Amino acid sequence: MTDIAWIDLALTAARPQALGALLRYFRDLDTAEEAFQEACLRAIRTWPEKGPPRDPAAWLIFVGRNSGIDAVRKRSRNDPLPEEEVLSDLSDAEVDMADRLDNSNYRDDILRLMFICCHPDLPNTQQIALALRIVSGLSVPQIARAFLVSEAAMEQRITRAKGRVAKAGVPFETPSAAERATRLSTVGAMIYLVFNEGYSAGITNPDNAAFCEEAIRLARLLLRIFPGEPEIMGLLALMLLQHSRAPARFDRQGQIVLLEDQDRNLWNRKLIDEALALLDKAIRHRQPGPYQIQAAVSALHARAARAEDTDWEEITLLYGMLEHIQPSPVVTLNKAVAISKLKGPEAALELIAPLAEKLDGYFYFHGVRGGLLMQLSRNAQAREAFDRAIALANSPAECAHIRQQIDKLGAAVAPA
Amino acid sequence: MLYAILCYANEETVFAWSKEEEEAVMGKLYAVQEPLAKAGKLGPTGRLMPTTAATTVRKGKDEPLVLDGPFAETKEVLLGFYTVDVENLDEAVAFSKELSKVNPGSTSYEIRPFYVFHPGAVKT
Repeated sequence: MTDIAWIDLALTAARPQALGALLRYFRDLDTAEEAFQEACLRAIRTWPEKGPPRDPAAWLIFVGRNSGIDAVRKRSRNDPLPEEEVLSDLSDAEVDMADRLDNSNYRDDILRLMFICCHPDLPNTQQIALALRIVSGLSVPQIARAFLVSEAAMEQRITRAKGRVAKAGVPFETPSAAERATRLSTVGAMIYLVFNEGYSAGITNPDNAAFCEEAIRLARLLLRIFPGEPEIMGLLALMLLQHSRAPARFDRQGQIVLLEDQDRNLWNRKLIDEALALLDKAIRHRQPGPYQIQAAVSALHARAARAEDTDWEEITLLYGMLEHIQPSPVVTLNKAVAISKLKGPEAALELIAPLAEKLDGYFYFHGVRGGLLMQLSRNAQAREAFDRAIALANSPAECAHIRQQIDKLGAAVAPA
Repeated sequence: MLYAILCYANEETVFAWSKEEEEAVMGKLYAVQEPLAKAGKLGPTGRLMPTTAATTVRKGKDEPLVLDGPFAETKEVLLGFYTVDVENLDEAVAFSKELSKVNPGSTSYEIRPFYVFHPGAVKT
């Protein structure tokens, strides 16, 4: 790997901690971002020559803090910038400096940086865009490409979101245990939003698909600083398991391949193994939560060598548990799919009938319902459900998939 | 003489490698290992999963304590290692607890799942 590639990775890895500390120090996001940017520029100038520091985040905080102070001073026409030499010669001071940095704060610094992106007034897409810009450090053009909007529009969106965050006020006091737990679960939800943005894009938009890996990176980071949180273990396991199927989810033509039809040899075993190890850890806490349960369902699919080996009974139980903890018609819909495997399509249709009103605008509801009706050869009704699904499809791939189902219906009707 | 060679690195950087970077690095590492493997001098090798998958068993007052995360003390140093092929974390924890109980020192056991690179074939 070249120096620059390595430095780039190191800067990205250090960003949340360094920017989080600078935000606490300057109490202003723009100043903190400018200071971090300046520190990165100096890193690119000095690291190739002097070698990388042992603790890149500590280095960036130290340099960023100085340059941020300089920027503030410069604005008030005070002291000139210090000589480059002074700032570059940090290698000897590094151990000392790392000690002086307020290490006890770094967990809350990172959490705060992530938390300010989750302001409840911000719609989901803005939370995602803001997190990718602030926490991950993606450029505005990169994010704009992923959301298929112009750079100017994305710039405006992010500026507006930042304005809202600033107006709401960043919480700088050290959070209480209860407040920390709330922040953690809010941030977890935001990370899962980032993941889903990438996951639903599939292969249609590679800029967007990279979000899955970014979400996994952020969850690992969160779990490293809060190692005893079973729901964060569950969240990370869930994303790893879903992402492990990425190579099998679409065929060469870009068509959706259903879980039961996927080539399981294409699934990424490394990601699956890591997820199973995390779930093992989470389960020992005996505090089940929605992410852990969904990950457990996903793990049962991963453990089945063939689709027909899937433990649907256990999956039904898990969805029952999830219904209990977090009741939602979507969970019931998922349970119905498991029930259809155990007791047949009729039982499943019965279970989802009461959901019709609540899920009327939901693509998957009509897709699943059409599939169940098709199994019962109630083709006219199936056709109706599939038509409704097509109208609600979120992507061309989803649309094409339902069309295939309709084609199958046509083929079944044709001989008669 | 048997030697354990332990690899230390920045995990955030290593786990951020792209597939291409990973393959390029691994290719070079395998090339270095190959002569040793051919000579029957290479034991089991692997890469530890991220520290987020780690569990640590420490000496407790009565029962050994099970903690999430990697071993993070700086006073103690790495003194040895086991590789076990068990059903799940519970089994690995139970085994480590037994070790902890009979070990007179303040030894901790860090449990790290890992990906096997090479099963190894040394004779002792």
